[in-house]
This record gives sequence, C-alpha cells and structure tokens, in this order.
Amino acid sequence: MGEAIVVTSGKGGVGKTTTTANLGTALALNGKRVCLVDTDIGLRNLDVVMGLENRIIYDLVDVVNGDCRLHQALIKDKRFESLSLLPAAQTKDKSAVQPAQMKKLVEELKQDYDYVLIDCPAGIEQGYKNAVAGADQAIVVTTPEISSVRDADRIIGLLEKEEISAPRLIVNRIRPQMIKTGDAIEVDEIVSILAVDLLGIVADDDDVIKASNSGEPIAMDPKSRASLAYRNIARRISGESVPLMNLDEDKGMFTKVKKFFGIRA
Amino acid sequence: MTQKQVKQQNVIIKGTKDGLTFVLNDQCAFEDVMEELADKLSERPQPQENSARVRIKLVTGKRYLEKEQIAMLQEQFNDHISADIDTIETDVITKEEAEEMRLDSQITRLARVVRSGQVIEVRGDLVLIGDVNPGGTVKATGNIYVLGALRGVAHAGRNDNKQAVICAGEMSPSQLRIADVITRPPEQEGDGVREMECAYIDENDQIVLDRMLKVGQVRPHISDDLPE
Repeated sequence: MGEAIVVTSGKGGVGKTTTTANLGTALALNGKRVCLVDTDIGLRNLDVVMGLENRIIYDLVDVVNGDCRLHQALIKDKRFESLSLLPAAQTKDKSAVQPAQMKKLVEELKQDYDYVLIDCPAGIEQGYKNAVAGADQAIVVTTPEISSVRDADRIIGLLEKEEISAPRLIVNRIRPQMIKTGDAIEVDEIVSILAVDLLGIVADDDDVIKASNSGEPIAMDPKSRASLAYRNIARRISGESVPLMNLDEDKGMFTKVKKFFGIRA
Repeated sequence: MTQKQVKQQNVIIKGTKDGLTFVLNDQCAFEDVMEELADKLSERPQPQENSARVRIKLVTGKRYLEKEQIAMLQEQFNDHISADIDTIETDVITKEEAEEMRLDSQITRLARVVRSGQVIEVRGDLVLIGDVNPGGTVKATGNIYVLGALRGVAHAGRNDNKQAVICAGEMSPSQLRIADVITRPPEQEGDGVREMECAYIDENDQIVLDRMLKVGQVRPHISDDLPE
C-alpha cells in the first residue's frame, strides 16, 4: 500500500508541475514504483513536461466515467518501467470529477504503487478539492516572492482542515545572488512565516526550463544542481535524512573557477 | 418607656454633586416603593422650565428591577421633577446577565497559526500561542494577546470597548482595530522589528503603540489582583 502525496501551491506558475515531474523521476531513479496523476483538467501540462503527450489515449475523466479501465489510461514512462502517468482530460473542465471519485481512484492506484504524486491545479476551487481528496500527505511549493508565500500560507490553512498529515514545504526558484543582496526573501524567513517543515530548496536554473521544453525532466541530468536538489528531496520523501544544499558555497566555487577562466559569473 | 416607632422609609433621597441618588428599600413590595416615591416627589417643587435635566442614580440593593419597572420609575421622574435615570446600582443580576458577563470576561487560548484567509472570532479575551500571518484576522470582544508575531489584522474590543488592548510578541500588523478606531502602520519600510509591544486607544481617540510593559499603567484593569 503506497502513499498519495499532493503537490500544491495555491498560486500558479511556481513550479508544481515541474516539481511533480522531477520528484516522480527522482523517486523512480531510486527504484520506487511511482504514479503521477495530473488533476489539472482542461489545462494539462504534466504529460508535456514528461514528454509523453503523444501517447495519451484515455485520461482521468475517462477512468472516472467508466469509459475505460484504469490500467488502460496509465501511460508508461519512456525511461522507467516503474513510472506511470495518469493524464488529465484536456477537453473537459474541473467539474467533470468529484472529490469522492478522486478518492476512490487514488485508493486504487495506491495498491499498485509506492508513491502516487498528485499534481494540483492552481487555485482553491473544485480542482484543488479534487486533488487533495485522496491525498495522505501534501507538499506545498512556493517561490521566494511575497505573493507566492501568501498563497502558500492560505493553502496550508486549507490543508489543515483536510485529513492530511502536516504539509511540507519546497522553496523553488531560489536566486542566491538576490538573497545575498537582500532583494529576495530568505528561506529561513519563509519557513518562519509558514511554520511548516522544510522538505527542500531548489535553486533557479535555466536548465530546468530547457529540460521541460524537451520533455526530459531535469532530474535525469546528474550534473545539474536543480537535479541534485530534486533527488535530495526524493530521498527525504523516502525517509532518508539528507542535509540541505548550501546554495552559497557551491556558487562560490563555481564563480572562482569561472573567474579563473575569465568567464562572467 | 415609650418605644419610638420609626417607620422604615422605602425611598431615601440624597443629593450629590452629580445629581440625585434614590435608595430604594429592597424588602418591601414594588407598589409600596412607587407609592412612597410618588408622595415624596409630589412634595418637591416643580423644576423651572428650560433647566437642565437632573441625573439620577438608583440604588436598589437586592431588588431586581424589571425593564417595565424601570420604565415606570422613569415615568414618575418625568412627571414630577424632569430627571433621567442615569445609573442603577444593584447587588443582583439575572442569570442571563451573569452568563453574558462570564462570556465577555472569559479567556480563549489557542495554540496555532492563524493563516491567510482565516478569521478567528472570540468573545472575551484571546490568547494566541502562535502567529497571525499576513491576510489572517483575529477578533475579540475583549483584549488580544499574541505570543508570536502579529502580521495580519487584529480587532480588539469589538462591541465598542475602547478600553481593550492588543499585545504582541512581534508587532508588525497589516492593520489594528480597537472598538471603531482603525490604524495601519506607516508606509515606509525598514522600521525594524517591533518586539513586545502593546496597542491601545489614547486620550485623542487614536491607537498608539508602546512598550508592552506600559499596558499595565494605561489599562490597570487588565491585570488581576493576586490574593494576599
């Protein structure tokens, strides 16, 4: 019996889908059986980021309506046998599914997988309610921006009402340079405002977008720092104790090397 | 030996600098009080036209006055001396009134974070063991004490209690309200962290912030007396 984890944020564009794709990939790398569920009905993205868009035949709404069986809608990942995706419908909207149906669906998936990662749509309406319905745990993604932190706070407040264990936080798109100059909110400050456990931090990295665009999650790239961050988070989800990455120190070393070769830092 | 028969007076009238005090006997029937009051008031000279209305304090001891009875008394005062019942001093209150008083003086303790979009409303005082985050709101009819950081909105003294105070371990609210007075922090940034502060309404009807210890001086009633 696996665990269902919803990845949510309240605000849009902070990296829920990217986080879901990469954590799923990183968990699969560690040999876990993982199913990704896209609940953003009408605005599906997860399949695109995973590079699986052209394999979709049936979707989540088809399963819920009984138009196909669950295993028919599940798409096997290109890279990992143990990783699957249940795509959202693109032609319907959020009201096509009810929380009770989601709960049943996730319950069924938990039988076959170690982790069911649910990608939640932005907002706090029907789509959010569907996404959290079947979840046992929640991961809240935020960026070091005041609006994003505010929405994360709101979402944590809503999650407290659900039968979900205390949500954990991922601070995404950190720009160490901006923190150093005092222009961005520090991670410590975010954690102190939100008063939840920190699951991990991910530095802002152009390669993440590049990787998403090519349908290959960054977690596949062993050299990327963002990839390492996602892999670390995946290990923490599996119960390992991994220290937080020090964004500063590495940057310092990189800069030194780059400076040595006369490259602009 | 002749025993002096002193008739128990049912209504005693005293003059004070604030007006008249009527002490009503609490052992006789209400009709007797009304009767004697009518007698005594009719003996008094009618006040002149245009003179200021006299303020009356009723001392009723262990008698409970119904609303209708208060109205009847007021009628008598209107008829004879054009005076208004200002305050009623009584030793007794009804159970409902007592319950209301209890609710307004109770202290609600909460150990949690009040997050964006959440509204906490209590009767009486609120002790929050945690933070109020931006976008969160706490409301109380009495005082509000936030042990953590107050970053959202706090509204104390909601039923027009201007004596209410707001105290916070870290005072960085987005808005403060006491009774019907509203204030928000100045716009400029970088004021530094304001720790251990209290907010109250000053004599100019403005909310002011001060060191937390000051609250005991400006609002002594919020502090309980220890038994000797």
